[in-house]
Amino acid sequence: MSIMLFFSILAPFIAACLVPFLFRYKRTIHTGWLVLPIPILLFLYFLLQIPNISGGNNIHLIINWIPSIGMNLSFYLDGLSLLFTLLITGIGTLVVLYSIYYLNKKEKLHNFYVFLMIFMGAMLGVVLSDNVFVLYLFWEFTSLSSFLLIGYWYHRERSRYGAFKSMIITVFGGLSMLGGLILLTIMTDTTSIREMIESKESVINSPYFTGTLLLILLGAFTKSAQFPFHIWLPDAMEAPTPVSAFLHSATMVKAGIYLSARLFLLFGGSDLFFILVTGFGLLTLCWGSYMAVRQTDLKAILAYSTISQLGMIMAMIGFGTEVAIFAAIFHIFNHATFKGSLFMIAGIVDHESGTRDIRKLGGLMTLMPISATLALFGTFSMAGVPLPFLNGFLSKEMFFKTATQISPTAPLVDQLFIIIPVLAVLGSIFTFVYSMYFFFQTFMGKSKETLEIKPHEAPIGMLVSPIVLVTFIVVIGLLPNLINEPILAPATAAVFGTVPEEHIAFWHGEINTPLLMSLAVVVLGTLLYLTRKKWSHVYRLLPGVLSANKAYDAVYEGHLRLSRKTTNMYMTGSLRHYVLYILLFLVASGGITLVVTDGFAFSTSDVAPISWPEIMVGIVMAIAAIATVFMQNRIAAILVLGVVGYGLSLLFVFFRAPDLALTQLIVETVTVALFLLCFYHLPKLDTKKQSTGTKTVNILISASVGILVTLVAIASHSSKRFETIAHYFIDESHHLGGGDNVVNVILVDMRGLDTMFEITVLGLAALGIYAMIRLRKEEEID
Amino acid sequence: MSTLLETVTWLCLIVNSISIVMLLYRAIKGPSNPDRAVAIDTIGINLISMTGILAIYLNTSMFNDIILLIGILTFIATVAIAKFLERGVIIDRSRD
Repeated sequence: MSIMLFFSILAPFIAACLVPFLFRYKRTIHTGWLVLPIPILLFLYFLLQIPNISGGNNIHLIINWIPSIGMNLSFYLDGLSLLFTLLITGIGTLVVLYSIYYLNKKEKLHNFYVFLMIFMGAMLGVVLSDNVFVLYLFWEFTSLSSFLLIGYWYHRERSRYGAFKSMIITVFGGLSMLGGLILLTIMTDTTSIREMIESKESVINSPYFTGTLLLILLGAFTKSAQFPFHIWLPDAMEAPTPVSAFLHSATMVKAGIYLSARLFLLFGGSDLFFILVTGFGLLTLCWGSYMAVRQTDLKAILAYSTISQLGMIMAMIGFGTEVAIFAAIFHIFNHATFKGSLFMIAGIVDHESGTRDIRKLGGLMTLMPISATLALFGTFSMAGVPLPFLNGFLSKEMFFKTATQISPTAPLVDQLFIIIPVLAVLGSIFTFVYSMYFFFQTFMGKSKETLEIKPHEAPIGMLVSPIVLVTFIVVIGLLPNLINEPILAPATAAVFGTVPEEHIAFWHGEINTPLLMSLAVVVLGTLLYLTRKKWSHVYRLLPGVLSANKAYDAVYEGHLRLSRKTTNMYMTGSLRHYVLYILLFLVASGGITLVVTDGFAFSTSDVAPISWPEIMVGIVMAIAAIATVFMQNRIAAILVLGVVGYGLSLLFVFFRAPDLALTQLIVETVTVALFLLCFYHLPKLDTKKQSTGTKTVNILISASVGILVTLVAIASHSSKRFETIAHYFIDESHHLGGGDNVVNVILVDMRGLDTMFEITVLGLAALGIYAMIRLRKEEEID
Repeated sequence: MSTLLETVTWLCLIVNSISIVMLLYRAIKGPSNPDRAVAIDTIGINLISMTGILAIYLNTSMFNDIILLIGILTFIATVAIAKFLERGVIIDRSRD
């Protein structure tokens, strides 16, 4: 039966392959209806696993993929994975249903559902993978499909910007995470997450521990939009609203949370984990909720709200107590319900009134009563208003409770832990303010006449999904223990290692600190909401230049500018410069090697005697070569260079190499003739005035190249390691090759292959010249 | 090989070398390109003689090909250069 787990991940991918065909051949039905069964079936499948999992029978499945590097399709379903799979498939179902009514049939539906199915499969893969590399694979799949979905309306500039930004940031984090995962694999010698947790000691005692933790948290923080990597999420709101509801509130942004929770047993005990995760979580909570208040776009408010809530969950994971983990998991669930419904309502408002700008909206209560009621539950649950039938309140209260109960294990935190509840309350106050702002500005007050469309209630099909989610809000608010035993407890057990007690019953009872904190949030939040016009100018001061978006743009632009500048600096298009780089590198690498390896040797033991005529010829060649450089016209230069060539052939004669001398003579003559042929077409040699600086550099480089090559030649001649094999050729050429000319026997018998390819080179050169001349002529005719 | 012959070949080679050096001066100094062309041609002749003397000195007949080749090549090269200097091209295009 466990093989079903594999097919549950595969199913959305298969569906993604089929969707284009369905779209093509079933034009009468909205493609969404054909896609809908997939998430429903998956949801039912995972629902059926609840008894197994809560009974402690986790499902494990391994399919060999690349066993030689430990990369196997290893899937593991425990409480935490189950919670996430239920969220993914459950909200996936609702989102697909919602999208059927939200997206017009004229849209490119095949694209939409293909991307959505890829995303769903990838997300299931992320939460079910036990193998770190498979986890990473699916992780990048979610980044990719999110990129595609954000850029769904690709003709809009903002969509492309948002898609690109989210891609850059999440892939940056994903790559860091890969680094961390590889380090983990090296440390523990296994690729399975569960086996890593078992060999926790070798990770904690490793010198790479800090680096590994930082890299992995970087992945988790970028994906889960933690400060300062939260900036991609508000820009991702350019996606269609079902996508925002699904990816950017309920599932994908929780992948980082999932990763932190999954590796909690590995890193949980360390101070660094506590400081980083708690610190950044609280910072994100406060900053996100603070920024949400200033937004004027409904979806932007929700985006910053998501950031802040994710920060809250992250902070709870950072607290690391059993209750905190439980509360985090509870809030993951709650946030998915109310944030999903709020996004859908924002979509409905957009769809039915034509705008998402909160300044243009108002008084929709009477026009859209059902949506307004749903929004009321959603926003109040998000704000954590202390009403017994809202699930957001329960988890918010547990958050306060855990914040006040942190046992200061870390020495540094000993002094600072008092600030944690303060920050928690601060963040929650702003959460309250923007929640109220969201609800009252949209649905209460006077209705405005500026709307293009006359607002009206949405069709029932569109309302079904938010109704279902709001039902969850209320049902879990009333009966929290309904999901406690089957879902939350196993999930906490999977994260923390032990099964928690019934913590959720704490929501009622005597007046305690968390309740007082909640009341303080409500009172202060109401005050702030009513006076918000008076302090809204604070926003001009605080994000100001400190905005992370500005930093991103500056980094991006600066990076482009810097690379352009760098490229323009060395890619000048001048061949002269490129040759300069090549020679400089040659001299530097060769020279350094000579010095470092002490490779220079000089010995005169194996030197032949030199005769006067040879010296004379050498001097002639040297003078001619130097003179060539100073020649004022081309003909003179080539004629003097000819002297060098003839001198060389004479040297060949001196050194008893008649074949070489013959060839050298012919080649030299032909070269001179060819040069003369070309010169007719060339302009007069212009004596370009070069600055003395350039001249000096050129002289230095050419001299150093000459010296280096000379030194290398001397060194290699002075250190003969092996006997020459020339005797073999001399002895055997008559016998084996049937010839007395040893050079020619080598060329055509002993090593004929070289000769063949040199003939090929000459043939190609001839063809090339012919082609260049002929083709150019034809072009000139045009 | 007798000492006399060796001494003579040596002397000849050195004289030839000096001759090449002097020709080189003409080739570099110019002043006109025809001067250089003649100098190069004469260097070629000197190469012929040096190769011949070397063949005597090394007691081999392998260099005789080279002597003939230099003769042909210097002729061709000189004609080519001469034609270039006179008309600017070496190989004329067909005139139709």
